[in-house]
Amino acid sequence: MSLTLVKQRTDHQKASPRRVDGVAKIRGTALYVDDLPCADVLHGATVRTTEAGGTLQEVVFDPAIDWSEFVVVTARDIPGMNAVKLLENDQVVLVDRAFRHAGEAVVLLAHADPEKLGMALKGVSLVELPNTAPIFDIDAALAAQHEIIPGNIYTDYLLDRGDVAEGEHLADVIIEERFLTPSQEQLYIEPQGMLAHLQEDGGILVEGSMQCPYYVLDALVQCMGMDKDHLRVVQSTTGGAFGGKEDYPSMIACHAALLALKAGGRSVKLVYERGEDLRVTPKRHPSRTLIRLGANKAGELQFIDMDFAIDGGAYRTLSPVVLSRGVIHAPGPYKCPHIRVRGRAVATNHPPFGAFRGFGAPQSIFAMEVAMDRLAKKLAMDPAELRRINLLRTGDLSPTGDVVGADCFAHAALDAALEHTHYYQRLAEYRAWNAAGYQTRKGIGLATFAHGAGFTGNGELHLASRVSLQALANGHVEILCSNTEMGQGAATTLVQIAADALGLPMDRVHLAQADTSRVPNSGPTVASRTCMVVGDLIQKAAGQLLQRLRETAELAASYDAQSFAAACTRLCAAAGDTLVTAQYQPPADMRWDEQAFLGRAYASYAWAAYIAEVEVDLLTLVTRVLDFTAVQEIGDAVHPVIVQGQIEGGVAQGIGYALHEDVLWNERGVMANDRLTNYIIPTSADLGFMHVVLLEGGLGAGPKGAKGVGELPMDGPAPAIVNAIQRALDIDIRQIPVRPEMLLELTMSGGH
Amino acid sequence: MPTTMRINGEAFQSSSAPNSRLLDVLRNECDLKGTKEGCGEGECGACAVLVNGKLVNSCLVPLGQMEQAEITTVEGLPEDSTLARAFVQCGATQCGICTPGMMLAATALLAEHANPTLEEIRWGLSGNLCRCTGYGRIYAAIAQAAGGSADV
Repeated sequence: MSLTLVKQRTDHQKASPRRVDGVAKIRGTALYVDDLPCADVLHGATVRTTEAGGTLQEVVFDPAIDWSEFVVVTARDIPGMNAVKLLENDQVVLVDRAFRHAGEAVVLLAHADPEKLGMALKGVSLVELPNTAPIFDIDAALAAQHEIIPGNIYTDYLLDRGDVAEGEHLADVIIEERFLTPSQEQLYIEPQGMLAHLQEDGGILVEGSMQCPYYVLDALVQCMGMDKDHLRVVQSTTGGAFGGKEDYPSMIACHAALLALKAGGRSVKLVYERGEDLRVTPKRHPSRTLIRLGANKAGELQFIDMDFAIDGGAYRTLSPVVLSRGVIHAPGPYKCPHIRVRGRAVATNHPPFGAFRGFGAPQSIFAMEVAMDRLAKKLAMDPAELRRINLLRTGDLSPTGDVVGADCFAHAALDAALEHTHYYQRLAEYRAWNAAGYQTRKGIGLATFAHGAGFTGNGELHLASRVSLQALANGHVEILCSNTEMGQGAATTLVQIAADALGLPMDRVHLAQADTSRVPNSGPTVASRTCMVVGDLIQKAAGQLLQRLRETAELAASYDAQSFAAACTRLCAAAGDTLVTAQYQPPADMRWDEQAFLGRAYASYAWAAYIAEVEVDLLTLVTRVLDFTAVQEIGDAVHPVIVQGQIEGGVAQGIGYALHEDVLWNERGVMANDRLTNYIIPTSADLGFMHVVLLEGGLGAGPKGAKGVGELPMDGPAPAIVNAIQRALDIDIRQIPVRPEMLLELTMSGGH
Repeated sequence: MPTTMRINGEAFQSSSAPNSRLLDVLRNECDLKGTKEGCGEGECGACAVLVNGKLVNSCLVPLGQMEQAEITTVEGLPEDSTLARAFVQCGATQCGICTPGMMLAATALLAEHANPTLEEIRWGLSGNLCRCTGYGRIYAAIAQAAGGSADV
């Protein structure tokens, strides 16, 4: 595919209307959960297990405290099922007896005075019989005699295409490596929280910070033993999420609702302080990858053999889905006849790991991309050249065995990235710099990858998302969907898509608040699916609405906002149906075999080539990313400024993952560096230049050919940076984050 | 003894204990919810306000030190300004939880450097964490507000 078929966007300001939520956020008037007005509110707090699994023997309440002043909730107060609804009902809402990790909720307390509440928390002691052999490591879990669950394996997947043994015969050069990636904290700046109100009909309303209102609703239905009509979930302005507010809000909502049920009509607010949020909410899965790659002398990949394992923590939660995305993305955007990827999610006594931007893909892509550089080194070939030889083209078989269609821009992305960075020129400059013997070493490294948008495989089919548009008498249109704005710009993007499809100015279209009593279930706000999948449904609903207005309200073939409004007025006056709903239909050629991991895993892949240029100080061994170039083909940039912000923000998180961020664990498997003082994310002073290049091939499954972009930028930075450091220092790196201590060890031991 | 100060240009007196956090006084007594709590230990800057023109984290400031202080929160910034317009236009806000603190950091920065260099902007914002933007669009907004190019 030649570059000329891809549009390269240069002016991001053009076609980027103002964010619909911009003014309120800039003036500080947007209300987050902790800001919601609520008279006479009680504050909630949580007593948690301290041992890494075991049995709860007794809960002792300090007799010196007058407990009648407090709302006290234990497992016995749960009217419904004591399980957080997700893939499997294995995680309890409140510990009754058996538990699997430190930090599980046992007792909930509420009081009007936060100070008294804090003292009361110390007045509840738990008698725990600890698990004597807790497991905190992936390989230890696989080898352990002690079983948390049978075999300590939640899920065991195998992508097996071709014959690796055959590939070994054909390979002239083989490399073998073992890579580790750490957990990573989402670190949304707004901690998690919920506010629950008992309603007059005995039902419960929960408001709070969340990605997926219908996940929360389903969890409340199960835990509260109430039907949906008595439960209502409303998203408040959400201060960042990145996956971290996908599943855990269900837990907090159940806790807040249980307290509200016993609070005699007073509302209960349960907002975590930062330390609690860091210690108990889910983070990125740590991973361990054993990888072997083989190529012939020409550099053509002959086989990819990976054993990819992630630490799922103490409960299954989202691990099977994280694993499946990790397995599918593991072999990268390369053609290779023989591929085997075994993926396992294992059980440990860590708090459960969960969703974080990229969802398993950053871990496996890290291993693959650093291994590609190792292979290039062994072949004495430039890493860019090795990729050029192997990147997929239209007509090739993808790693999951489907024929790659016209929507493949892997080469275009690589070409653009090499051109933008003057890659070969930089390479020579950095070689000369390093040979000159200065105080620093410089390197340039790359990663090429693709990221699939939307739920994996048949996931979108199972979700069967629905979106509605409501025409109002004044000619305005309301979008009703359950997808949430959490900073990523969904509110603006979805309004823009609707306005565009309806031929109306944006100020005539409004996104309804994500309130389960009003909006249909359009699926969770995850998996880079909102713009592409939900945006497409909005576009379809808009078509239906226009058709209805033409057929029943005399909307002319050509119209403006005024005549559109007149038609809406007529439709309302005639008591016509002003609501249209579109439901997801899978693309005709979508075939996915969930058992064999074969077929088309995603409706669209976005294609990317990321290049990092780094400088390492030889005295301090501190690495600085001088320049970062992110080139991605994303179909169509609906709102280029928002897309640019998504890419830059994702790259910054990726730079943190590569260089700074490391979750450290105490002896009970709890995050030890549970403060912003010692969990380090990049500040403005830490980040260098970023260049975002958007390529638009126009062939994605979303509106005007758009593809999902949310997760994509998390995949590439870590391997690109590591590959750059390896070249700067001529060392082999097998683990992130690359901190000075690690570089010291590596350089002292010869570096390989 | 009550503490007397000026908040967003208006006199205010608080009878809370002198060791109360300024953050809580602003949020709970003055109902100024634009000042956010992100970490409670002075690391993230979400609670940043101006005290006598200087950028401080209000979660670390005891009320007792605020006697006669002039305090500006995000609500005290002009509703419409070149800075506010630039923030909207350039995509400087995403989830928005750090934005009030960023606006105050930017205000303090521009008061000190009317035409800041990129390096000055980066250091000026380095006490305010943003997890969404990677800071690029915020640099662009500040550069634009200072009359420079938004092409950062």
